Order: sequence, then structure tokens, then C-alpha cells
Amino acid sequence: MNTTFWRKFRRNKGAVAGLVFLVLIVVLAALAPVIAPNSPWDMVQRPFLPPLGAPGFWFGTDTMGRDIWSDLAYGARVSLLIGLVSTLAGVVFGTGIGAFAGFYGGWVDNALMRFTELFQAVPSFAMAIVLVAIFQPSVVSIVIAIAVVSWPPIARLVRGEFLTLRNRDFVHAAKLGGESNLRIMFTQILPNAAAPIIVMGSLMVATAILLESSLSFMGLGDPNVMSWGYMIGAGRTSLREAWWVSLFPGVAILLTVLALNLIGEGLSDGLNMRIDGRRRA
Amino acid sequence: MKRLEYLMRRVFQAVCILLVIAVVNFMLIRAAPGDPASVMAGEAGASDPIFVAQLRERFGLDKPLPVQLLTYVGHVARLDLGESYRQQRPVASLIAERLPATLILTLTAFVAALTFGVTLGAWSSAKAGTWMDSLVTTFSMIFYATPLFWLALMAVLLFSVKLDWLPGFGYETVGSGYAGMARFIDIVKHLVLPATVLAVFYMAVYARMTRTSMLEVAQMDFIKTARAKGLTPGRILRRHILRNALLPVITLAGIQAGAMVGGAVLIETVFAWPGIGRLMFDALVQRDYNLLLGTFLVTAALAVAFNVVTDLLYTLVDPRIELK
Repeated sequence: MNTTFWRKFRRNKGAVAGLVFLVLIVVLAALAPVIAPNSPWDMVQRPFLPPLGAPGFWFGTDTMGRDIWSDLAYGARVSLLIGLVSTLAGVVFGTGIGAFAGFYGGWVDNALMRFTELFQAVPSFAMAIVLVAIFQPSVVSIVIAIAVVSWPPIARLVRGEFLTLRNRDFVHAAKLGGESNLRIMFTQILPNAAAPIIVMGSLMVATAILLESSLSFMGLGDPNVMSWGYMIGAGRTSLREAWWVSLFPGVAILLTVLALNLIGEGLSDGLNMRIDGRRRA
Repeated sequence: MKRLEYLMRRVFQAVCILLVIAVVNFMLIRAAPGDPASVMAGEAGASDPIFVAQLRERFGLDKPLPVQLLTYVGHVARLDLGESYRQQRPVASLIAERLPATLILTLTAFVAALTFGVTLGAWSSAKAGTWMDSLVTTFSMIFYATPLFWLALMAVLLFSVKLDWLPGFGYETVGSGYAGMARFIDIVKHLVLPATVLAVFYMAVYARMTRTSMLEVAQMDFIKTARAKGLTPGRILRRHILRNALLPVITLAGIQAGAMVGGAVLIETVFAWPGIGRLMFDALVQRDYNLLLGTFLVTAALAVAFNVVTDLLYTLVDPRIELK
């Protein structure tokens, strides 16, 4: 992350705005117990209190009299945590598959890529639903389900990078130097493929947050944590009487995902990538 | 002849994929916490040991695992997806009933997303750098980040509840007694909101893709040649730039078409659209795992079928593409 990177990143105004907003959300999530006056589960006011309906209740209360502002703050934790951890898991797995496929080529490549295509052929949301439903909703099962459906693009990307990089001189040099294949793959080639992985990873966090919220909305969220998707689902039955219950968490998801996508574009500018991960000519 | 051979190979691949999904399905129900028979029977059935024992015998759950797997795959191959114990009916016929609604919804949304997405993208690339371009780009960024189910709720709130322009619930007006043309119009009215919401996200994707791709093609030498020949800008845009720029868009559309079937689950849930997605949601709520896995298999089959069809379209659009 050098100065050229920052100069290019800063030139993208959307990316800067996205970064600022994301920092705000991270602060909100980290300081939720301080910023949010109430527990996300406690009934603290009358139900269906409209926004600004009582002092201190800017966003109103939901169907059970819970403070929506507190729910939003605690929900940010879940969205960010699940988005980040599931992406990390997906990136690690996808990178492993892609690295072996690209480095060894031949039948290894063929087998691993058929395996990857299989996962790409299945609609990811339907698959995530089935996985979470079968293994019972919890933060862990949600993270695993999102990781399982999101790794294939990373695998394909890493494979492509490894296919071109494996014939470079520095790889031959390392081979002559007697380094093991594993060592070459992960200490020589992988760092050179880091830029597109980072860009795609940042976009994957956005997708993961959307997926998590969709699962929670379908009633497949972890019952022990407050999440934005759950809030929208819970407000759905009283949409006519209390639109604000569903409106605000949706706006929160939209802005967070938008911020992450904008940051992804900024990263790709800064790292001289095209948005689809290919290196700019 | 070559195309037929290609088609056969693609269909064979698709069948293989579905077979693997069936195997995964089989393993999932056994990987679930608890006894597979009671899982299949749902929670209510589990409380009755005699019923569970009957199930175990009927599905051969006392036999070795490989035998069970073969039996299961054999059933799936004959389109027998088991029983839904909650609804007391075969899963396959429950799904068959819902299939048309899902197809109508996803196909309408797909065609709308592709048509409007490409048009907007082309328009915005032609006006690159102007405020109109920024407007299209900004809106595609926003729609690309919008949770579908939330947009669906807000659409219901605005257009059905507040403005009362369009129905936001179901497939047709229940008990209206409409027939013929009147019924068709009624269904179309019900289709507008769900199809639009489902289309909007993908429209944003295609608009962005078309714009980027067209700006790239516009830099190429053959476009300069076309200009030098004195062709009109409109003709260059349509015949030369757009045609070449469409290829990556169609590739993406093929992949996205499958994802759209998944997105339809959310849309059908919000709009109570009686398709497979709604059935999947009902299965979730009722813990009807047999039905859940059945809908999953059919959803995957639809996605694979969409992919094969777009692949074939692709070879029709661009004769240069090798059928491999």
C-alpha cells in the first residue's frame, strides 16, 4: 500500500465516500453498547412508536417496542462479522483450489475445475438456504453456507493467475533453488496474485452481507443475534402500520453494500485492476 | 451436425451435474443432526415412533448406505422425489404445479432485465461523460447494492398499499371468476411488481457490463475504420460496437439466469407468488425437509437448463465461437 496506490484511490471520489461510510459503520458496530442506549432485545417503549415519536427514539420502535436504533447498531456487528469471516473462509478455500489447479495443470486442473463448475451451476441462494436449514441456523452454519457458495469465482481467478505466473523466470529460479512446490505456490506466486484477490474479496464481502440478510429475512438467521435481515423480516407483517421497522435496516444494508462496492472499485483503480479482476493492459 | 453434437455433450454434462446434486441431496439429509427418518418426517412425525419405523423401512434406511444411495438416485431419475409428509402429497406433483408460475416470473424478469439493461448501458456509453451517463451509472450502482427482498417490500408498500396501483399479493385475484382475456390481464397486473423488482438488480448488472464493454470496443481499430468510411455514428454504434460488445454480456447473462432462479425464492416469498420459491419457503417454515430438498433439486435443474440454453444462443449470436 504505497503512495501511488493512495493517490489513485483518492482520485475515485465514490471510493473515498464508501470508505468514510464503512469506517462509520465499523465504529457503530464496535461501540454498539456505548452508542446504543438499549439492549436490542428489550422492550423499552410502546410498540409501533414512529420515528422521532419520543425523545431519544430517532428511528422509532418495532412491533415489540424494541428500539430500532439499538437494533441497527447491534445488527451492524452481525452483518460485518458474517460478511468478513465468510469471505475470508471463501477466499482461503477458493485460493487453495485455484492455486493447485493453476500450478499443476493437467488432470489436477481438470478435476478441480469440474468441481468448481459444479458449485457454480447451482443457484447459490437456494444452496445456502438448504445448507443453513439442514444444519440449523447459527452464526457458524451461516458463515459456512456463505463460504461454500462464494468461493468458485476466487478459485477461477487464482487459477488464471497461477497459470500465467507459473512460467515466469522467478518461479523457475525458485525451482532451481530447490524450493518445494508448496513453498513456491504460497510464498512466490501467491503474493504476485494478491491484487486481484483483494479486489474480488472486497466485492465478495458486499455479496456476503446481502446473502446473510436474505437468509435472516427468510427466518434462517441465528436466533441469538440481532441482524438487519431479521429486522426487515420481523417488520414485514406490520408493513402497513409501521413502514419504518423494515425501511431503516434495508437502508443500512443498501448503504453498507454500496460502500463496499465503491471501495472495491477504488481498490481496483489503486491496484491497476479492471473491475472483473483482470489486469489492465 | 456439429451443433447437435455440442448440444448432446452439454445435455450430458447437465445430467451429470444433476446427478451429483442428487447425491449431495442424499448426503445432506443424512448429515443433518438427528435420525434421517425423523428428519424426513418433519418434527411432528418424529414424535411418533411407529411412523418413523415405517418410514425407515419404506426408504430402506436400515440397509447399507451405498444401497440407500442407489435407491435414492433411482427414484430421482424416475422423477420420484418422495412424499411431503406435511402436505400428504408427492413432492414431484407439488413442484410440477408450481413450475409454470416460477417460469413466467423468471423469464419475464430475465427478458426485461436484458432488454432494458443493454439499452440503458448502450445509451449511457454513447453519452459517456455527460450527466445522463452519470445518472445511469449511479442508479446501477444503487440497484446493484439493494437487497431484493427489501426492495420488494418497499414496492408493495408504495405501489400496492399507499398508491393502490397494482396488486402486491398472489398470482391472480382469488374468486374473481375472470376467464380468457380478463384473466390474462389480471395475471399480468399481478406480475408487474414481482417481475420488475426481480429484474432491477440484473438490469443494473447488464447496464454496467454493456457500458464498460461498449466503451472498450469503441477504442478498437475497426471502429476507426468504420468512421473513416463515413458511416453514421448511429450505425457504427448499433451494428459495429453493440454487436461486439454484447458477447461478454450474454456470457454473464447465462450465468446470472441460474442465479435469478435463486433470487426468485425471495421475490415469490414477499409477493406470495405461487412458484417453487414460495414452496421452498413454506417447506422451510414447516420443516418439511423432503420438500425442501426437492425444490432445491428442481431449482438447480432450472438453473442448469437456463445455462445450456444461453450457451446455445451464444453460438447463434457469434458464429466465430468454436463449439468445443
